[in-house]
Amino acid sequence: MTAASREDARRHVVVVGAGPAGLAAAAAALAAGARVTLVDAAERPGGQYHRTLAEEFGGPHDGGSPFARLRRRVLGHPRCTWRAETSVWALERPDPEQPGPPLVHTLTGPADGNGRRRRVLTPDALVLAPGAHDRVLPFPGWDLPGVYAAGAAQALVKGERLVIGDAVLLAGTGPFLLPVAASLLAAGAGLREVLEANPAATVARGWARRPWELTAQPGKAAELARYATLLARHRVPYRTGRTVIEARGEGRVEEAVTARLRPDWSVVPGTERTVAVDALCVGHGFSPQLELPLAAGCTLLRTPAGPAGEFVAVDGDQLTSVPGVYAAGEITGIAGAPAARTEGALAGWLAAGGEPAAPALRRVRRNRDRGRAFAARLAAAHPVGAAWPGWLRSETVICRCEETDYGALCRAAADEAGAAPRVTKLATRAGLGPCQARICGPIVAELTTRLRGAPPGGPAEGLPSAAPHRRPLAQPIRLGELARTPDAPDTGTTDPSDPTDPSHPSEPTDSKESTA
Amino acid sequence: MSPRLFRAPSDTPGQRPERPLRITVDGEPVDGVAGQSIAGVLLAAGRTSWRTARSGAPRGVFCGIGVCFDCVLTVNDVPDVRACRRRAADGDAVTTQTRAAEDEDAVTTQTGAAGDGDEPAVRARTAPESRGDRA
Repeated sequence: MTAASREDARRHVVVVGAGPAGLAAAAAALAAGARVTLVDAAERPGGQYHRTLAEEFGGPHDGGSPFARLRRRVLGHPRCTWRAETSVWALERPDPEQPGPPLVHTLTGPADGNGRRRRVLTPDALVLAPGAHDRVLPFPGWDLPGVYAAGAAQALVKGERLVIGDAVLLAGTGPFLLPVAASLLAAGAGLREVLEANPAATVARGWARRPWELTAQPGKAAELARYATLLARHRVPYRTGRTVIEARGEGRVEEAVTARLRPDWSVVPGTERTVAVDALCVGHGFSPQLELPLAAGCTLLRTPAGPAGEFVAVDGDQLTSVPGVYAAGEITGIAGAPAARTEGALAGWLAAGGEPAAPALRRVRRNRDRGRAFAARLAAAHPVGAAWPGWLRSETVICRCEETDYGALCRAAADEAGAAPRVTKLATRAGLGPCQARICGPIVAELTTRLRGAPPGGPAEGLPSAAPHRRPLAQPIRLGELARTPDAPDTGTTDPSDPTDPSHPSEPTDSKESTA
Repeated sequence: MSPRLFRAPSDTPGQRPERPLRITVDGEPVDGVAGQSIAGVLLAAGRTSWRTARSGAPRGVFCGIGVCFDCVLTVNDVPDVRACRRRAADGDAVTTQTRAAEDEDAVTTQTGAAGDGDEPAVRARTAPESRGDRA
């Protein structure tokens, strides 16, 4: 057997997303002997969690961190093909009679450019780890410039050393508000206060239940203590049971109106306070990026965790309902980076055909289960209160793209024909703009359900369901790019002339493959 | 105050590792440093909005990670580029976009330049009168 044919015989695992879950999946699949193609839209691996300062800034290097070591190990591995700045724009399902991993259509090049290189990957197994984005509940004025999703503030600080203001208010719910506060303070931004919408009792009850589970996540408790100390040192108040119910300003945010909330997030009248701000950061947890799992045909699971309570259903092996398609990280439940890493490791190993009974997997599975318990704890400690729509007004924008307001949704829901989500969408245009309902979709679905007092009707006859995450094209592609012939199917085979022996990995380097 | 670049304590004192770059926005020069996204260049230059929604309402950065499409603009005649995801390159000619009082298909060709740049980005949206709901 020649070296080349030996390489051909290896399983080809495609990993989409190079955050904590995807990077761990790639490492595990490599360890199990597979050829791996790791794909991410960013220039460097890390995802949102490990977002690093652009190299051009010449800033400090994190070369010694566990993440940096893992990144070097994966990217420098002779059986790994790293595709930076690469978007997956479509998944093409094979014969519906024989479900299996789809063909992966990718575009490589500068974001939203018009000359990106098209490739088609043909995986033996696919690991989806696209992650999540901030969930932001609408409020009057949330579409003013200067109002940011919490993740935007974090990305700008970590990725390009930019602080969004000097009188910043941070509001919403969830532990993610704290690292954002820490980043802003470390960067010298002025932070007015941090508002957790849930009352202290809800947060404490959620965190304190089954305390023995917390001991399995010791890093988390220490992390929380560090944040508390930091806020105290900078004299930044952390208030619970209070949130922003309105942003005001001429052309940009200038004032925030905050109010005390009851445990169900109904506003306590008379508790409104006006705060002068130059930026407002809001986050109410995270929404999983579900377009790729849906395009692959994966079954979703409803959880009672509020408006974005849909995640990819996986079994104990991280396998989705589609043979050969695995899911890991936030798309299976919001649980943070440590849980994402264990899910990724399990998914990558098994996708590569690794031995399911390998002794090392026992610990991975145990940690994965702890991660899931942690996700349940987070959801219990930081729920979205059912009465939040109380701060909406008739003219409050719900769909930012199409500027559909709450009044229009109410009118559509009152109309008998508005029962089906598809009809609501066409009548109000909510979700039809450039973001394709990524921001408003779950919110519109939730509001419509409440307004109707019953779950929304089924799909209009003969049409697929208008689920908020169903998008035929996962990412925009330009007509010219579509017209071009893609490169020959990429099976991830290493160059036959490359004499590299996989059993002797070369010195890891941080170099990135040229994507020209 | 506006968004601004900050220095890190770990930087070597007296040395600026940043390499300056210059882009134009609707013809006006705007200075930035290498490594910034186009959104970062605009924010640091004191611009918090550069696009207008259908009603004329201003839009800038919202999600910051390429999800919301609020920040799109035209870069070197290519429309609908997410400013938060595109790295700024020295000499980039940026044009701001508006959806106000225009039909949707016109938005992508407003720069009027010929060639590749006029390709609209295909996404499964869009104008209800022509394509209906495929989302």
